[in-house]
Amino acid sequence: MKRTTRNALCNLLLLAAGAALLLWVDRTFDRYVVQVLNLIAINTILALSLNLIYGFTGMFSLGHAGFMAVGAYVSSLLILPQAQKQTIYILKPLIWPLSVLQAPFFVAVLLGGLAAALFAILISVPVLRLGGDYLGIATLGFAEIIRVVANNIVPITNGALGLKGIPSYANLWWTYGWCALAVIFIARLVQSNTGNVLKAIRDDEVAAKAMGIDVFKYKVISFTVGGFFAGIGGALLASLLTTIDPKMFTFMLTFNVLMIVVAGGLGSITGSVLSGAVITVLLEWLRFVENPVTIGGFTIPGVPGMRMVVFSLALLCIILFRREGIMGMREWSWDMLFRGRTRGGEAR
Amino acid sequence: MKYGRLILGVLLVCIMAGAAFASEDVIRIGVYLPLTGQMAFGGQLELDGVKMAHEAVPEVLGKKVELIVIDNKSDKVEAANAMQRLIEKEKVHAVIGTYGSSLAMAGGEISEKAGIPVMGTSCTNPLVTQGKKYYFRACFIDPFQGAAAAQYVFDNGSKKAAMLLDVASDYCVGLGKFFEDQFKKLGGELVTTLNYQSGDQDFTAQLTEIISKNPDVLFIPSYFAEGAIIIKQAKELGAKFMIMGGDAMDNPEMVKIGGEAIEGFAFTTFPYDPSMPEMSELQAQFTEAWKAKYPDKDSNANSALGYDSYMLVIDAMKRAGSADPEAVTKALAETKDFPGVTGSTTMNATHDAEKPVGIKKIEGGKQVFVGTVMPNL
Amino acid sequence: MSLAMFVQHFFNALTLGSLYSLIAIGYTMVYGILRLINFAHGDIFMLGAYFVFFGTIAFKLPWLPAVLLAVAASSFAGILVDRIAYRPLRDAPRISALISSIGVSFFIQNLAIVLFTGIPRPVQQPKILTGIMQFGAVRILPLTLVVPTISFVLVLGLLWIVNKTKPGLAMRAISKDIETTRLMGVSVDKIIALTFGLGSALAAASGIMWALRYPQVHPLMGSFPGFKAFIAAVLGGIGSIQGAMVGGLLLGFIEIMIVAFLPALSGYKDAFAFVLLIIILLVKPTGLMGEKLEEKV
Repeated sequence: MKRTTRNALCNLLLLAAGAALLLWVDRTFDRYVVQVLNLIAINTILALSLNLIYGFTGMFSLGHAGFMAVGAYVSSLLILPQAQKQTIYILKPLIWPLSVLQAPFFVAVLLGGLAAALFAILISVPVLRLGGDYLGIATLGFAEIIRVVANNIVPITNGALGLKGIPSYANLWWTYGWCALAVIFIARLVQSNTGNVLKAIRDDEVAAKAMGIDVFKYKVISFTVGGFFAGIGGALLASLLTTIDPKMFTFMLTFNVLMIVVAGGLGSITGSVLSGAVITVLLEWLRFVENPVTIGGFTIPGVPGMRMVVFSLALLCIILFRREGIMGMREWSWDMLFRGRTRGGEAR
Repeated sequence: MKYGRLILGVLLVCIMAGAAFASEDVIRIGVYLPLTGQMAFGGQLELDGVKMAHEAVPEVLGKKVELIVIDNKSDKVEAANAMQRLIEKEKVHAVIGTYGSSLAMAGGEISEKAGIPVMGTSCTNPLVTQGKKYYFRACFIDPFQGAAAAQYVFDNGSKKAAMLLDVASDYCVGLGKFFEDQFKKLGGELVTTLNYQSGDQDFTAQLTEIISKNPDVLFIPSYFAEGAIIIKQAKELGAKFMIMGGDAMDNPEMVKIGGEAIEGFAFTTFPYDPSMPEMSELQAQFTEAWKAKYPDKDSNANSALGYDSYMLVIDAMKRAGSADPEAVTKALAETKDFPGVTGSTTMNATHDAEKPVGIKKIEGGKQVFVGTVMPNL
Repeated sequence: MSLAMFVQHFFNALTLGSLYSLIAIGYTMVYGILRLINFAHGDIFMLGAYFVFFGTIAFKLPWLPAVLLAVAASSFAGILVDRIAYRPLRDAPRISALISSIGVSFFIQNLAIVLFTGIPRPVQQPKILTGIMQFGAVRILPLTLVVPTISFVLVLGLLWIVNKTKPGLAMRAISKDIETTRLMGVSVDKIIALTFGLGSALAAASGIMWALRYPQVHPLMGSFPGFKAFIAAVLGGIGSIQGAMVGGLLLGFIEIMIVAFLPALSGYKDAFAFVLLIIILLVKPTGLMGEKLEEKV
């Protein structure tokens, strides 16, 4: 059998096995486990999108919360039932035509992603001229501006009151469906010619420019695709939580995504997928740190706030002792499995 | 590769699940409150009250009551998770919480799906219980509170009002709107509304503008830490007008931060305070019990609400004769004239406790209970 | 707008702006030498304020020793942060140190929540700072005059250290080329530790002044002023000590005056700084008084 055929077959088998597993999980486990699994999928989408921007293209962006906010608001406004729209806008009524627009969930999420992508294009024109830490600060600034604006344009966003009662369409099928789409799309993108150009820009922008590459154009592509998937992640998160407000989309949210990307390995899709799961579960598991524990008659009182201390300490340890993260820049592949030895992967 | 991660996740979650199992000989009541984060000050006070009530009545229907406390960290995602965990992992029969309406709304979506009754402590936003079968609250709601504040200042001779609102706080903008509606309805004039965002500490520009408009009263429905600083800066800039706030100002730390500047400041709150001139027997008992348990802290309305929330749930369980969530929900909805520390409680059609609004004032460096107001809506 | 009102706004802006300046000076100093945006600066600022709070309230120390102790303790904390979180990353890509500093910032904030709880604590102001000077309708706080004076003195002091002393010379050398400086026999790690010590002392000093103006301390008090001061530093030209002072004042004036002249925009007040930041980065990335940064190839 040819290698490519074999790999394609394996991929199909994997997808089918995954679907069966989802079906089983959905029927067997309680809502808490399902909620965590949903969060894993969403965090993976977010991590992949940031990894594309930062890990593969080398643009240090801290604006993820902003893209997520745009995606979440656009898609939520499209799926909120009309009656709900009338009840929750108690300060000022929602402006027409938003008050009557409705869309199916898939279309709403897609439009949320597209709106975030559009936004990414708009801000990329000015900010992508900056590099390194300046870019990080400028994108962080944009995310903050979005939050401030969302608080103030009450007839559209309902201000600080946020949107409540968003229909919870986001189930395992939707979140993992989008997650699979994100993995496939971004994996294809980084393995393509475009992906090689992005990596060239990351490794040496000046050299890339000297090779005649339109660096700016490729940066905008990467930034826009990243923004699109961040918007998708935000839209799914909104439907999963059923309520959003501007206070959710702070720097803290971006920090969580950044943590997943760094822990997984900058420039590794496998890494982001793995660490999306590990970190999400870790964050849930760490809740135990804050609860009183009884071991053999001794009760250790829970320490409120300890969870985030451990979490930030974990990030520090990763950045100090294992800067390349779980996977470095390596990728998992079928070849690895069949040949039984590690390969550098295409990302290098 | 995607599925390796999935299995890993499932495995880890299963290990976590093993830690908790439900047993039938205890009644489990979940408590989700903000014990850390921006709203921690309120959550901790309410937890004190819930714990005190639990100590007073540790058993119901011949079974021990177990409290399971989870911190929702003043964060909505965490609040939804906390509720999810209480219901799925801890198998609670009922839940108490929370301080902060946005947190209550996030948790409420989960409890509603699971069909577990929740008794809100001080989540005053009307949207919390709207359209919910299982969410109740032991407090009044913001439209009522805002109207009472407007009524109070109007009756005390204020005809021109100004507002300074935190646009990033759902509580603040909601209460501001309800104050504005009632104040205008009464025939008052709103001369100006200025804004700031949570986290900001310098209000001098806004206050200078407000002072130039010369209002009779300034309404600031902020949380106490910001509120105290706003009042202090207003006084530094020479403000002479009266300043009025909402229940989030009701905190013992308020006087320490504001110092002399907050003298004369008035705010609406839940109708309980240790300084109340006339106390019901229950209120007197609560005050005594509090002094015995926490000699170095003053009792306060939030703790009283925590106390009442627990008692309301226990009362409903008694009347239902079981801890079955459906039966408790039904009994809670039928709550009528239940005597509580924060006044007599009757659940109305929207699951809000109908009780009068208390007014407190800072006099001589102390919080003094002035009286109660029932606004004419 | 009446003249009195304008003058009042002017002094409000002077108070706020000079506080921003004070924080920005510390920020700019570390950036100027290491090219590191030290996210933890705002958290050292918070620690400084807390140390004074504990010194005066828990240990009943008089003001001056409490302040000196707090500055020394924060300075030590800054050196510790550098030793643990930044020094191992000297040879790593610059962004790694930046991510590390974000981690440190969240770590200190959350540790403070665990240790000090999230409840805001009141700070007692010394009597001499509470008297208000009144000129007609204009009211001025003593701090309005004290803070700019302190900032000005600190700027002069820092300029002296950086330009006239041996360690200052080494600092300037490090900012140009760290490897060559090491080869010249300069103990680079010590000089950088000194830089962090000085920067953190400045952060603590500004944290204390901030807590005197807005009399409370809480674990997240450093994040907003930290961002604003960073913007002020960029505005003035990051790395330039005089620039930070000018940038801070300018930012204070812009924030206050936009609200003063366009009260309807007061809800957007926090966005002004970020808008300004982006404009500056695009139009004149070196800031008002910054030197030109050369792109190394």
